[in-house]
Amino acid sequence: MMQRLLSGDYPRSRALTALLLIIGVSLALGPFLFPGVRAFSMLGMICVFIIVVASYDLMLGYTHIVSFAHTMFFGIGAYGVAMASDAFGSGYGALFIGIGGAMLLTILLSLLLGLLSLRVKAIFFALVTLAVAFAFLSLVTQLYNLTGGEDGLAMRVPRELGPAFRPFDEPWVGFDVVGFITGLFSAPAGAFQNALFDVRISGKHLMYYVAFVSAVLVFLFLLRMVNSPFGRVLQAIRENEFRAQALGYRTVFYRTAVVIVSALLATLAGVLFALINRYVNPENTLNFELMVFILLMCVIGGMGTLYGAVVGTAVFLLAQNYLQDLLKLLAGFTEPGSLLEHLVGPDRWLLWFGLLFVLSVYFFPTGIVGQLRLWAARRRQRRAGDSPLAEQGDQHHAS
Amino acid sequence: MSDPILSLTGVRADIDQYHILHGVDLQVPKGELTVLLGRNGAGKSTTLRTIMGLTTVTGGQVRFQGEDITGQPTPRIARKGIAFVPENMGIFSLLTVRENMVLAAVSGPMDEQRLNWIFELFPPMKKFWNRPAGNLSGGQKQMLAIARAVIEPRELLLVDEPTKGLAPAIINDLADAFEQLKQQQVSILLVEQNFNFSRRLGQSVAVMNDGGVVYAGQMAELADNEELQQELLGLGLGAHQ
Repeated sequence: MMQRLLSGDYPRSRALTALLLIIGVSLALGPFLFPGVRAFSMLGMICVFIIVVASYDLMLGYTHIVSFAHTMFFGIGAYGVAMASDAFGSGYGALFIGIGGAMLLTILLSLLLGLLSLRVKAIFFALVTLAVAFAFLSLVTQLYNLTGGEDGLAMRVPRELGPAFRPFDEPWVGFDVVGFITGLFSAPAGAFQNALFDVRISGKHLMYYVAFVSAVLVFLFLLRMVNSPFGRVLQAIRENEFRAQALGYRTVFYRTAVVIVSALLATLAGVLFALINRYVNPENTLNFELMVFILLMCVIGGMGTLYGAVVGTAVFLLAQNYLQDLLKLLAGFTEPGSLLEHLVGPDRWLLWFGLLFVLSVYFFPTGIVGQLRLWAARRRQRRAGDSPLAEQGDQHHAS
Repeated sequence: MSDPILSLTGVRADIDQYHILHGVDLQVPKGELTVLLGRNGAGKSTTLRTIMGLTTVTGGQVRFQGEDITGQPTPRIARKGIAFVPENMGIFSLLTVRENMVLAAVSGPMDEQRLNWIFELFPPMKKFWNRPAGNLSGGQKQMLAIARAVIEPRELLLVDEPTKGLAPAIINDLADAFEQLKQQQVSILLVEQNFNFSRRLGQSVAVMNDGGVVYAGQMAELADNEELQQELLGLGLGAHQ
């Protein structure tokens, strides 16, 4: 069962398995484990960005296609549904018109980009995608009547997916994990009682689970894809495109297919983003900064592993959202007015954020997942008595 | 000579602004091993790459089994039954030996019997089956490159300098493998610098110089004629033995 679900591609490291389980459970039960609007919105963003980053990894990590147009497709999805709701109202019909239109535009544009990648390679392709993405950004900013320009668009979601929808009269019970753990130190007696909180189920929760289930399905789909014969050809192209051609593979077809699949998934993520966030503007969908963040999540997690997309996204968004609070906590212990206080002050969070990533790229060049797998492989080898013939994980035979 | 499986007539090819092949005429007889000899820079590797469609042909014709394949895209040429082992071997080093082989079996799952035959031919392939191919030694990589080319029955093998940089013992193993392939009537076009290796295996031979074929004939004739060797290849065999 597990073998089929994960397509035989196991985490191959106990620490990584544990980490993935923690992330998986936190996302699956998220609204019932972490109270507060901020935590809830972060959980939603993690689900959305797992799709974005995993689909980006399909291009970057598995096929070595560097594209800066990924946010463009994300934006097409988000704007597609937002514009449709703006024009046709908040019904499901409008939603599907928006999704359909966005998907069509995405297929068209990604097909063009994919075919273009034959003519221009590597860094030049990256630059072309960058130019296309910027052109799209300024187009969206200038078509004020359609897109709302810099002001963006408020998204009107179907009633069942909005905050006004209350399927249950009674609130459900949640258990605040973080509160419980801190409670154990401050007031151990009532820690359990104090950690319980009410969750009023609304359409927002339904929407969250739509995003969560989508993220799980997309992840398993991509895992299946990269471990299929198709995925092996992609890895062959990554390593030596001429060789793959000489074996008889039409690499043109494969490259284009990857660009299209990856772009379509980014569009899907954009749709989910608009539905969760209910507000779309160039800043939060098409910005170049966002593109850099996606790239960072991919690299920090570990390129070409897919599991890296999950870990990288979770770690990155967690740091982005909570580093400031952590610093505030630290600053509380320092002497007021001292140099140290200035350094760890909450206003300095971007400095530490940057430093964190420089260090992580320096010490984990293969990303968190790559590093954990490397450690696990070394441990296995040591246990096997340093034999160079020790099998590395899978025991497949000729198939 | 039987009907050629591959024939080049007046093939010209450029790489950037350089004219590399100036009208190559070459016949590869069916079911034989043909050796392509020549000095460095004579155009041997370019000839192989041109047959595979990896270099643009600017003139002449390449015919495979009677069909004109000049200027066709590489994947289509490969699917017609030509396997190419390039000089740099082109191993996918991050993939395992198994994955490299699976990729080479383009028409479906690998044939168990054929795989066992390959394991007999190259025992290290079995030993390192699930290891990343990048960890193999140079000789083992060459074995993998050839194993990959023969995992499915092919009409014609193009092999570029398989002995380059390998230890004599491994060269011997490779020669044995080629002997077996010859017995199976696989047509092979082998580019070589190592004359002893070529003399042992080759049935017919062509010698290239300066972008053209300057001699074509039976290997036995060339092997017996030291004067001709001196003239064509600039080598006194004594120095090489």
